[in-house]
This record gives sequence, structure tokens and C-alpha cells, in this order.
Amino acid sequence: MEYEFWLAGIQGVAAHKKIRLRECMKTAEAIYYIEETQLHHFEFLNENDRNKIMQAQKNSCFRTDYEKMNEKGIQFVPFFSKVYPENLKEITDPPYALYVKGNLPERKAKKAAIIGARRCTPYGEKYAIDFARVLAAHGVEVISGMARGIDGMGHRGALLSGGKTYAVLGSGADVCYPREHIGLYVDILEQGGGILSEQPPGAAPLAHNFPARNRIISGLSDVILVMEAGKKSGSLITVDLALEQGRDVYALPGPVNSALSDGCNRLIRQGAGILISPEMFLEEWGIEKNEGPEESKNKIKNEKMLESAEKLVYSCLGLYPKDLNQLVSETKLDIKEVLEKLVSLELQGYVREISKNHYIISE
Amino acid sequence: MSFSTVLSAAIEGLKVEFVQVEADVSNGLPVFHMVGYLSSEVKEAGERVRTAIKNSGFDYPAKRTVVNLSPATLRKRGASFDLPIAVSILSSLGEIPAGNREKCLIIGELSLDGRVRKVPGILPVTMEAIENGITCCIIPKENEAEGNLVTGMKVIGVESLQEAADFLNGKRTGNVPGETRKIKTCCGFQVSQKENEGSMPDFSQIKGQENVKRAAEIAVSGGHNLLMIGPPGSGKSMTAKCIAGILPPLDLKESMEITRIYSVLGLLKEEMPLIQERPFREVHHTATRASLIGGGTVPRPGEISLAHRGVLFLDELPEFRKSVLEVLRQPLEERSIRITRTYGNYVFPADFMLVAAMNPCPCGCYPDLEKCTCTPAQIQMYLNRISRPFLDRIDLCVEAPRIRYEELTEEKKSESSEVIRKRVYQVREIQKERYRGTGITTNAMLGTDDIKKYCGLGAAESKLMERAFTMMELTVRAYYRIIKTARTIADMDGEEKIGEQHLREALGYRMVDKKYWRR
Repeated sequence: MEYEFWLAGIQGVAAHKKIRLRECMKTAEAIYYIEETQLHHFEFLNENDRNKIMQAQKNSCFRTDYEKMNEKGIQFVPFFSKVYPENLKEITDPPYALYVKGNLPERKAKKAAIIGARRCTPYGEKYAIDFARVLAAHGVEVISGMARGIDGMGHRGALLSGGKTYAVLGSGADVCYPREHIGLYVDILEQGGGILSEQPPGAAPLAHNFPARNRIISGLSDVILVMEAGKKSGSLITVDLALEQGRDVYALPGPVNSALSDGCNRLIRQGAGILISPEMFLEEWGIEKNEGPEESKNKIKNEKMLESAEKLVYSCLGLYPKDLNQLVSETKLDIKEVLEKLVSLELQGYVREISKNHYIISE
Repeated sequence: MSFSTVLSAAIEGLKVEFVQVEADVSNGLPVFHMVGYLSSEVKEAGERVRTAIKNSGFDYPAKRTVVNLSPATLRKRGASFDLPIAVSILSSLGEIPAGNREKCLIIGELSLDGRVRKVPGILPVTMEAIENGITCCIIPKENEAEGNLVTGMKVIGVESLQEAADFLNGKRTGNVPGETRKIKTCCGFQVSQKENEGSMPDFSQIKGQENVKRAAEIAVSGGHNLLMIGPPGSGKSMTAKCIAGILPPLDLKESMEITRIYSVLGLLKEEMPLIQERPFREVHHTATRASLIGGGTVPRPGEISLAHRGVLFLDELPEFRKSVLEVLRQPLEERSIRITRTYGNYVFPADFMLVAAMNPCPCGCYPDLEKCTCTPAQIQMYLNRISRPFLDRIDLCVEAPRIRYEELTEEKKSESSEVIRKRVYQVREIQKERYRGTGITTNAMLGTDDIKKYCGLGAAESKLMERAFTMMELTVRAYYRIIKTARTIADMDGEEKIGEQHLREALGYRMVDKKYWRR
């Protein structure tokens, strides 16, 4: 295993070349002791690759690195290991090895990737949480990239219903990036999920690693749910990769005037599935729906308890933030009164102020 | 008679210290000697004084002259000792009799031809003098109006050393502080207010932005601090300038307080020395700590003291250096600033109302995600330039939204500043009446104990605040500030008791917690 770790750690040699070399040589140990003349037999290796391998042979500290990794509780899963995810093997460019903190996704469970832009609206946030929560409550595992915005909300939603969720990072599995998601990182591990990475432990979150990790997110998943993506969102890279890998892509439709849903709406136009409710996946996969607490019913009941002016203000609000003056012109109420009603709604937990004087409904 | 002494005064910070100027002219080598812990500008006075005496037509014999300024422990600065030194020397030479001189405080700068030039700090000096039983003073003519602000003081404004000598010789009588002049200042007080209003931007010129106007009115009515957040061009700075137009009038006591500070810095107008309007100080974000709170080896009052009883406006708040904003924390609570130097402590008044404006992010468009081009890290970094404790001292926070086209072209005329000002005045009167005899004038000045006394909450109101405290995660300081703001809103409604609606509105203006800006 140490030699596998050594082989995986060689930088600058493509994963598919490593896999072919390993197939030819049978063990990683054999590659460690290979002579340079022997390497010339493999035509798929160019001079640069050969040099990299010869250089790496001189490096002997990989054993201590391997032990350090074990001490950190990071599991090393090379391509030829039995536990390496089957569906990841099928993709065109599987990583040579995964470094895993916590667990790997269950082989039998259905897996859904919830992805989207880092810059997202409360609308995208809400549905990322909702879809993840319902799917996770029914044993579907949620896979995402733990980035800010939609990714984080996807994980959070899955955690809310006690489900398992897996984050694929662009940094080492022991590096929490972005830092403010440390709480999420810990919660994912606590609930039996896992943090996965192609990068060796301690690797910094470099920009070019992120598009590469997207292929792992889609590779691990059965379906890709795009919650909110702008025209040039990085999520669209994941979608391209997913389509190459033959995964089904679904997109959450957004208002046509919302630039942040533009990418999603275009995906739908190009033939992506439309996300209507998480239940549609359950039906498709034949998962029996367990009756959760009916929230929508409660909400209607609660709304009746609001006084009429409050109801008026509430009815003007949605998941896209509105500012105070907009509400005043829509409700035709006095500014004082609108503000007062908003605070009252906020104290009852129906409304959230996301930025000064910008309000959305909350549940 | 070869020895003589004259009373003068020096200003240390805002404090007035009396100084005895002694001169002795005697036989000996013709030297001019000055002692008494003098700074270089006071030492230079020697040359000015000798030349001025000569040019005023007096003989200056070749004798040994020694001048001493006591107390010797006090560092003497500035050019205001020229005139007293000259008078003292003339007395020693026998040109001026002792009688008149001894009851008189003399201050002024001399030019080489014997003319007397204006000096800063006349008002605090005359005020201090009258308290110490000195009823006559000789000051530069240009400062005469300023000196006349003090009741009961006989002020002699002189244009030259010769005039001063003439007065002291009894050849000329000074103006007696007559009733006529006093009335004139009072009239001027009224008139000038009307005159100035035309030049200021008026609230009726601002289209839309009703929430900002409302918040501004509450802030001014109770003396609360206000923060406006909004995209560029939404009228934040304009609103701030309009606030200057709705400030309530000053009473004479406050007016004198302010004039005192401006006098020390030499910022008074010659013809109309009394400051009759609340100051509105706009500070550029390149301001240093010293310029803001006051500084120098002997500290001079800074912008926050110049904004005393008025408004300090900080535009583009996050552009200020963090250390500069942090120094405001203590004066915002204490309403004065204490500056400590090796020589001692200086306390300057700084009872100002803070008005600040900022963009929500570097590009200014957040939370409109379609327009905003900033990354979350950029926004966070931008907002992190203002610390939580500083934001905690803001009573009202309001968004100035981008103005929509319909609002811009709307013909509806909004309220003028004059109407708002009248309402503000009434609310301030209510507060003055309530806090009579406590030294408090506005709701914003209430301490924790005062809040319990004047802002009692009913059962329903307490429950509301309890809920808000936990749900909105208020800090203790924010909690009290909200109650104070609610007190003002209740006063605006003319209600004696703070109601739920007042608290709710006040809560609507609270500083939104930073965690909301997490993206």
C-alpha cells in the first residue's frame, strides 16, 4: 500500500498513465524499483513522465508521509483497491487514488450531486436545502463540493434530515476550504459522511484543482441537480463532464429575468430534466415515501393567524429579496407601518432580513 | 518706577491660565532679556515689541530690560503676549500709570508698526476673567465683538499700541457694554438662521427615499447615531447635508460652548462671532486620529469637538483607517474626549451625533447579485474594516436604495426641511422638559439607570423585547440603544409610554448583524 501511496503522490504524471503503468507492472512496488531503461518500453510515457518517476524513486520520505496520513485518520483508496467506487472507475479519467476522511459513499445507495453557483439567491439556497433534505431523508446520498453558496446548502440540507453527505474537495481532505465551512466539515464527518479528495493531504486549494474535482463529483453520482447557475458558472463545467460520463442532469428552473438562473434555464432548453420536486426521484427509483411532518399545511394554518396588514406585507414577499421602499409602493401602506409589520413578522419567524432593509420569506 | 506687571492669559487645550507679564527696565548694558519657559514664538516677541514701541512714537532708552512671564512652570505659546509685554515695558518706562493697568487683562499680537492684530481664544479668556472678578480687558479691535459676547465685561478693542496706551492713560474711554449691543446680538441670532436656510440642500429636493428621511428625522429628534447603507448615487451624502437643515436651534448656553471651542482654534467670523447654528462637520476619510480627536504636544481640539452639539458626518465609512474609527468609540459613549500627555490631561467636549454613510460592498450593488461584481471575500473584507463594537454604537441603520425612474420623475412634492425641523424642535422640547435639571437634553444621552427611570416598558413590551433579544441576537448595548430609539419614536408620536409599535419600528432600524452579510 505504501508503494501505491508513493505512485499516487507523483505529481505531473497523468492518472490514466499511472493506471496503465500499474496494470502492466502488476504492483506499485515494481514501479518503485523499475530501471530507467525498462521505462523506455512503455510508449505512453514521454520523457517528462520518465524523469518524474525516476526523480520520485529517489524520494524516500513517502513512508513517513504515509504514516502521518494514517495518523490523521485519512484513508487511502487507490484505483486498484476493492473499495474504490465502481461508478468512478467507469469515467474517462478516474483519479488514481482517493484520500478519504470519514467514509466512502455506499455502493448500493442512490447518489445525487447538488451543485450550483457560489453566488446564489435565497431562492437557490432554499431549494438546495429542500431537495437535499428530502432526498437524504430517503436514504439518497448527497454529493457536492462544500463550496460557498449552493454546495454548502446542499450538504446542510442533507445533514438536517440526518442523512449522509459527501464532499469532494479541491484541496487535501484535511484542509477545510472555504474556512468558514469548518462547522459543515465537522458535521459531515459526525453524521457518517465523508470528505473526499484526489489531492494528497495538506494540498492547498489551488484554483486549477477545482474543475478537476468536479469530474469526481459527477462521477460518483447517479444524477446531477443544478440548483442555480449563471451563464458562466463553474457548475456548467460539471454538467459538461457529467454528460460525458453519461449521468442524468436536472436543472431547477428560475425566473427568466434572474441572471443567476440563466445557466439553469439554458440547460433546460438544451434538454436537461426539470426539477419539480425531490419526490420525482423517489418515484423513479422506487423509494417509498415516508410521511414527514407536513409543513405546507402548517404554514397555511399559521398564515391565518396573521393580522390583515401583516398578511398584506407577507404576501408581497418572496425568495428574491425586496427592499423597504419597494414594499411600501406595493402595499400602499405607510413606511412606518411596513417596517413595523416586517419586524413583527421577523419576530414570528416568517421573514428574514438578509441585508439592511432587504427582506425574504423564511420558513 | 522701573518694575511693572500686567495680567494676561494663555490657553492650554481649552483651559485658560492667567499669566503675569512682568517687566523691569533698569540701568545696565542695553540688553533685552525674556524669561519664563517661553516657546520660540514668544521669544520673538522681544523684537516685535521693541520695534512697535519705537514706531508708536515712544522713546526706548538704551537700558537693560528683563521680561518675565509667570507662572514659570507653564509653557507660553503664541503671539498673544506681545501687547501685554509692550504695555508692561511702557509702564516700567513711566509712560503708563499703574492705576488703570492693574485691573485690566491685556491680550493681543503686535505688528512692527504698532498695530494690534487679532488672536484666537478671546472668548474663553474673557469668560474665565469675568468669573475671576476681572471686569475690564484690552483686546484687539478685530476681536471686540467676540469679547462683547460675555455679559458684564468692559471690553476695549484697540487697533494700535498707542490706543491701548491712551486708554490706560485715561485719554480715551472704552465702550461700556451697553444694553443696545446685547439686544443686537440677540436679534442677529434670529435673523441669521433664516438667511442661511436658502443655501442648504432641502429635504424637499430628495425624491423617494422615504425610509431614509424617516430615519434621519428620528435620529435628529433624539440625537441618535445614524448609518446609511446604499449604492453609489442613492443620495446618502445629500441626505446627510439635509440633516444640517433640520437640526434644532441652539440655546445660548450651547451656543457659547461651541463658540468657545471655535474661538480657541481661531475659526470665528469677525463680524458675527457667536456660533448660532449647530455645526455640521464632514470629515474626509483620509483624516488622521489626531485631526479627529485632537492632538499636538499641547492638544488642540479635533473634528469631534468641532462637531460638539452638532453632527459629525463620515462619508465612505469603510474607507477610513480602522484605527481612526476605533478612537471614536470612547467619545461616542462618554460624549467627551480625554487626551493624555506628559504634561497632563486635556478633556475636550465631544457631544456629537454621528452620521455615517457607506456602500454595502466595494462595487456598491450588493445585495443585487445580478449587478454586484464583488466576490464574497471582497465583500467580507470591505465590511470587516468596520469593527463590531463600532457598529454597536450606531442606533439607526437604514438602506438608501437605488432610486427608480418613477420616483425620480414623480411630481409629488415631499416635505420641506422647515416642516421637519419644526417637528424636531417640538420633540426636543418634550425631551428637555422631561429631563429638566438632570443635565440630559436628548434621549440618546440616557444612561442605563436613566433608561429604567424614563423608558419603563409594560408587560407586552418587555415580552416583545425579550423575544427580539434572543431571536435577533442583540448585544446588551444594542438592546439599550433600541429602547432609547423607541423612546424618541414615542416622543414623536407624543406618547408618554413606549408602545409595541414604537419598539418594533426601532427594531426595524437596528444594525443588521454581520452574519447576514456572510456571502
